[in-house]
Amino acid sequence: MIRLEPRTEPSRAMIALTPILAVLATMIAGGFLFSALGKNPIEAIRMIFWDPVLGEHAFYYRGQILVKAAPLIMIALGLSFGFRAGIWNIGAEGQFIMGGVIGAAAGLALYPSESIFVFPIMLIAGTLGGLLWALIPAYLKIKFNANEILVSLMLVYVAFNFLAGMVTGPLRDPDGFNFPESRSFQQWDAASNPELIAGSGIHWGVLVTMGLVIVAYILLTRHIFGFHIRLAGQSPRAAKFGGVNPNKMVAICLGLSGALAGMAGLYEVTGPAGKLTTTFPLGYGFTAIIVAFLGRLHPIGILLAGLLLAVTYVGGDVIQANLSLPKASIQVFQGMLLFFLLAVDVLVHFRIRFKRGL
Amino acid sequence: MQNATTKSLILATKLFATECEPALAWVSLLNLNESPILSNLLRLNGLTKAYPGVIANNAVSFDIGVGEIHALLGENGAGKSTLVKMIYGLVKPDSGEMEFLGQSFAPSEPRAARQSGVAMVFQHFSLFEALNVAENIALGMENPPRAKVLSQQIREVSAKYGLTIDPDRLVGDLSAGERQRVEIIRCLLQDPKLLIMDEPTSVLTPQEVETLFVTLRKLQSEGTSILYISHKLDEIRTLCERATVLRGGKVVGTCTPSQETAKSLAEMMVGAKLQTPKKAATELGQPLLKLENLSLQSKDPFGTSLRDISFILRAGEVLGIGGVAGNGQDELMLALSGEELVDANAISLKGEFIGQLGPTPRRLRGLLAAPEERLGHAAAPDMSLTENSLLTAFYRQRLGRRGFVNKQASENFTKAIIQQFDVRTPGITNTAKSLSGGNLQKFVVGREIVQNPTVFVVNQPTWGVDAAAAAAIRQALLELASNGAGVLVISQDLDELMEVSDNFAILAEGRLSKPQSAKGVTIEEIGLMMGGSEIA
Repeated sequence: MIRLEPRTEPSRAMIALTPILAVLATMIAGGFLFSALGKNPIEAIRMIFWDPVLGEHAFYYRGQILVKAAPLIMIALGLSFGFRAGIWNIGAEGQFIMGGVIGAAAGLALYPSESIFVFPIMLIAGTLGGLLWALIPAYLKIKFNANEILVSLMLVYVAFNFLAGMVTGPLRDPDGFNFPESRSFQQWDAASNPELIAGSGIHWGVLVTMGLVIVAYILLTRHIFGFHIRLAGQSPRAAKFGGVNPNKMVAICLGLSGALAGMAGLYEVTGPAGKLTTTFPLGYGFTAIIVAFLGRLHPIGILLAGLLLAVTYVGGDVIQANLSLPKASIQVFQGMLLFFLLAVDVLVHFRIRFKRGL
Repeated sequence: MQNATTKSLILATKLFATECEPALAWVSLLNLNESPILSNLLRLNGLTKAYPGVIANNAVSFDIGVGEIHALLGENGAGKSTLVKMIYGLVKPDSGEMEFLGQSFAPSEPRAARQSGVAMVFQHFSLFEALNVAENIALGMENPPRAKVLSQQIREVSAKYGLTIDPDRLVGDLSAGERQRVEIIRCLLQDPKLLIMDEPTSVLTPQEVETLFVTLRKLQSEGTSILYISHKLDEIRTLCERATVLRGGKVVGTCTPSQETAKSLAEMMVGAKLQTPKKAATELGQPLLKLENLSLQSKDPFGTSLRDISFILRAGEVLGIGGVAGNGQDELMLALSGEELVDANAISLKGEFIGQLGPTPRRLRGLLAAPEERLGHAAAPDMSLTENSLLTAFYRQRLGRRGFVNKQASENFTKAIIQQFDVRTPGITNTAKSLSGGNLQKFVVGREIVQNPTVFVVNQPTWGVDAAAAAAIRQALLELASNGAGVLVISQDLDELMEVSDNFAILAEGRLSKPQSAKGVTIEEIGLMMGGSEIA
């Protein structure tokens, strides 16, 4: 019989080190995974972590890292507030999709206007799309105490089918030879979110994300809102006594994370993706959950974790191309990261005792 | 007789070394010669237990005789619980030894202690509300007999010791006093030689206390020893033959409680002179807080719903609300703090209906509250004291602008609380849970009083708090009232209510009796009001 005994005083150094230990453990376990697939594990790990940043073709990959990191960080920032308050939005992927679809639809309704207001309107519509999609689980939780984890997750699949319906129906490009795609936003200046400096990967979404990291940091550490979020997570009853309305908290946290996911979706569809397709969702909404926890739910940590996960995305492309490994293997690799993070966390806070009998 | 004399001499020497009056020592010496203490049941010799940063017990030695009711007295943090845990096998001493009936005694776990004949009734009951009495008792036994046999045993024991209880009743339906009986019966079924009781009367009505004492005396007459831990000095004086006083982990005295006054015992415990809180006589002023037919359905399946509660609290008045725990105290607190909303017209503050306002708008209007549970309700355990100040003071004290926290202002506010209420803490960045119960209580009460409330509602202001801190808190409440605020004190400690209240009322089964003057009422009369009539 194995028992977990809480440690009286978990070491602060160990708490700070857990993300690094988790990354190392993932590298080791990932090495076994890749060697089981018949590849050289050291080479594979090097391709994932080293080549995108400092390798021979890094000049191309570095821009890609920012492109992938920006949505991860933006979504994870939104999620981190809810996670701190004990409100679990698992459906950021769906809110990301809805942000992209609603934002794109608002833009396409104005096609082919070249007004400077097109992009701002799309941005607002996309953000609202994500916000309202996240408010569905919030409403059900407040009204019927429905579990927001299940509702928000299930709404991802609804959103996915909504996207498929839109790109094969109302939003299909009339000049697109019946392909299930929307018009291209990259070729429509008023609605595009271009790379601002060639080769850098920086687009408007990247800049907004940087700003949001700072705003989130200030909110969390200096503002009463951040205090109430932490309070609601640590001692719900004290929060209620302090005047924090738990229902309002549910709506704010889910709404905020949905809005940021929707915004990330809009930047994605108008920028790196360029148009709506059925392959538009790349799993950012799910990976952002890993980013949020790997970053210890702290804005600066999320920034670093987002960059790291973006490296594994780009590195995943590298090993897919160079070692012809399946895409699923890199997804397993990313999943292991969260798994090891949680495992190391348990070992830092508890000690394992082996006991005979009951 | 030779033996007894030697022992008397040892005891007398010990007594001289302590703060007990030398004259009293001779009295106890005389008592001892006639007393039924034949030999030692348990002897503690030099027990020491250190935790990081604090020595909980420092060379504690005393002994408990066979058939003796021995009191263990001390403030919070004096080391009583550590000592008891060592006897009960929950904690291992660093050094020192114990002897039980002349044999070396070092229980490695509570089971070993129970097998030797040590049983304990904890202050907080460990009972499952959804199970019945017999099932609860069976759960705590090593080899429970069949249900029928066990029920029969429970009936026999309860009849023998006057502990009326029906083994088939659900624990969720029992009063606190009845639940305690279940715990006691659970112990008695093991046929203990030593029964340890930790603050047993804190949840009982005066009549229930009487019944308990009858049971304890009967046990004593059959040769069972009792180690009785309490801070209620009057009880100790009527019940116990000897008392050992702990302060700062050391034994500072052994005495005969019946020869002492409650005040002298308290001073021995605290190690300083005590002042009884006094209130300047003031005329009661304008009505401040008015409750009219307040009803509230409890959300807790085992909670108590409030029914038609009405009273008026005037400026300068301390209104005490007594009653046994679980009769709607928590619900009343939630309804007043704004955590539970009620009919708008049910509560009015200075003529304004506030029943539908949440905690923050109520605070802004001057209605402040301090709930009973310090950690987790009144304060967030893992947050610093400064952050805990923000919990109730951010809006009312304007500790920031547009939601941005003003670090300087909130630190100053926290320092003001710590200074005015003598909160002992290394600093304002320490977490709430690092403070002792008494200090945290001073902080929680101080946090509201410093904010100058119009009406202050406090639930169990001195629960589990040492005598010195309790006196300081009561004094602060009285001063607040003499400065023209209305103070509502909900408490289960009747002595406390008598000490501070102008008027008082009793909360029983969610209904509030008509408030009446606290002058000239006896504790017995209040006990009857508390619904103690179930006790024959």
